[in-house]
Amino acid sequence: MPKKFDMLWLYAIIFIMFLYGPVLLMPVFALNDGTFATFPLKGFTVKNFASMAANTSMILAFQTSVKIAVSVAVLSTVLAMPAALALTRYRLPGGGPIQSFMMLPLVIPSIVIGVALLVIILKIFGIQLSLWTVAAGHVLICIPFCMSVLMSRLEGFDPSLEEASSDLGCSAWQTFWRLTFPLALPGVISSLLMGFIISFDEFVIAFFLTGTENTLPVYLFSQLRFPNKLPGVLALGSLILVGSAVLVIAAEIIRKRGAPSSNPGDY
Amino acid sequence: MILMLALPVAALVLLSFWTQNGFELDRTLTVENYAQLVRLSDEPTIWFGIPFYFAYPVPAILMLKSLVMSLTATIAVIALAYPMAYFLAFRITRNKAMWIILITIPFWTSYLLRVFAWKVVLGFNGAINSGLKAIGIIDQPLEFLLYNPGAVVVTLAHSWVAFAILPIYVSLEKIDRSLLEAASDLGDSKLRRFLRVTLPLSAPGTVAAALLVFIPTVGDYVTPTLVGGPGGTMIGNLVQELFLKQNNAPLGAAVAIMMMLIIAVVVAIFLWAIGYRRIRARRM
Repeated sequence: MPKKFDMLWLYAIIFIMFLYGPVLLMPVFALNDGTFATFPLKGFTVKNFASMAANTSMILAFQTSVKIAVSVAVLSTVLAMPAALALTRYRLPGGGPIQSFMMLPLVIPSIVIGVALLVIILKIFGIQLSLWTVAAGHVLICIPFCMSVLMSRLEGFDPSLEEASSDLGCSAWQTFWRLTFPLALPGVISSLLMGFIISFDEFVIAFFLTGTENTLPVYLFSQLRFPNKLPGVLALGSLILVGSAVLVIAAEIIRKRGAPSSNPGDY
Repeated sequence: MILMLALPVAALVLLSFWTQNGFELDRTLTVENYAQLVRLSDEPTIWFGIPFYFAYPVPAILMLKSLVMSLTATIAVIALAYPMAYFLAFRITRNKAMWIILITIPFWTSYLLRVFAWKVVLGFNGAINSGLKAIGIIDQPLEFLLYNPGAVVVTLAHSWVAFAILPIYVSLEKIDRSLLEAASDLGDSKLRRFLRVTLPLSAPGTVAAALLVFIPTVGDYVTPTLVGGPGGTMIGNLVQELFLKQNNAPLGAAVAIMMMLIIAVVVAIFLWAIGYRRIRARRM
């Protein structure tokens, strides 16, 4: 074995530790029997998790977040689907610029998106802030992600299948439902999951656009300034981390199973 | 769809030309907000030895500070991510998907929580301080860990590093392996081969990764708010404050627009300086 091999492996392991270390401390301290997140650990307890069940405002915020995330996932996938189809199936004039324009929300700081939407909603349309406005903001930032997932899936199968379907007498609508949609289903599912995760975790836009009701991240943020709420926050944080990780892994597995492409650069 | 994206930005631009008049919004178009940002004064405000000849120097100072902080974080991210991407592309042969998932999971878990985790690590009673105290290395907690620009940079770097690996990895993966063999056959040492073949060929992905990290971090809000403390505020905090606390949305909009313009200019200068067109052309 050359020496370089060991060095890079060592680096990779240290890197993964650096990546996960701070995050994994959260469940450690959440299970620790103490008011502060400090070493040495005092003892094992699940009381932080047990007390969450009695915290009604937390449960309410959780329900709100789930509601928003589900609607955002569905809505942004439905909106991204025609756009992804149009961009992969037809050589649109100016398709390139449109595509890069669609990706803009990826690079605009979310605080700018947040304030810009705030301006439109309050100053121009004069709509009251509510959970609807949060959902609208989330749809806006989710669409680029959903589109890139859907497009990579749609690019993966042969367009001549669709031609064959119309040659055999299917209407465009039938072709979509009986051919394109089932083939794109893994992409659709991972797009839904991605929209859900992004919306569920998003903080800045929700912080700007929410009315009186809190989403879970906004609730968490409001709790962070109280030191005595720390154990509860840690417990909640650990649960969210586990939940997000499970969803991401599920999304990846579904996508991988749907796309047996062995091209390694095609991640 | 295009309209949906263009509308918020257009509204922001429009708003930045209005003015706030107490509780009323004056809808006559004016450049007053921008004038306020660049109005000069004879009394310079000194910040770190740099004189700012502005009557209202806060935005300019915060902008410069944000650029420097995010540049530092970006450099750290690339330095950390490149070896890892190299490892993924050249060392891992089996279970590649598993490694990639392992690296991307933290990126998908809540940003807020990752930042908060650093607060737990670096805090006055945090993991590092209490850990070091428990094993007897220090008596007093180290106060310089949290609530300063350094903490913000560390947290930003950690939050974005997973994001930077993928573009670099993809461009490394695309390199034709026979080019590397050719370089070795023609007598290049491993280091020379890396510097003359691998590094230039992976430059587009590396540049893309740097931009993907740099652009959003300049305007980041969560990280400076949670771990920055009074000394670690960035331009995003100012925008938030102008909008929500000082109730001067038009000025906030002007600051946000200026921020985006300055980022665009910095990025353009950067791409021009490294000859990005040349790099891309070579890849073709």
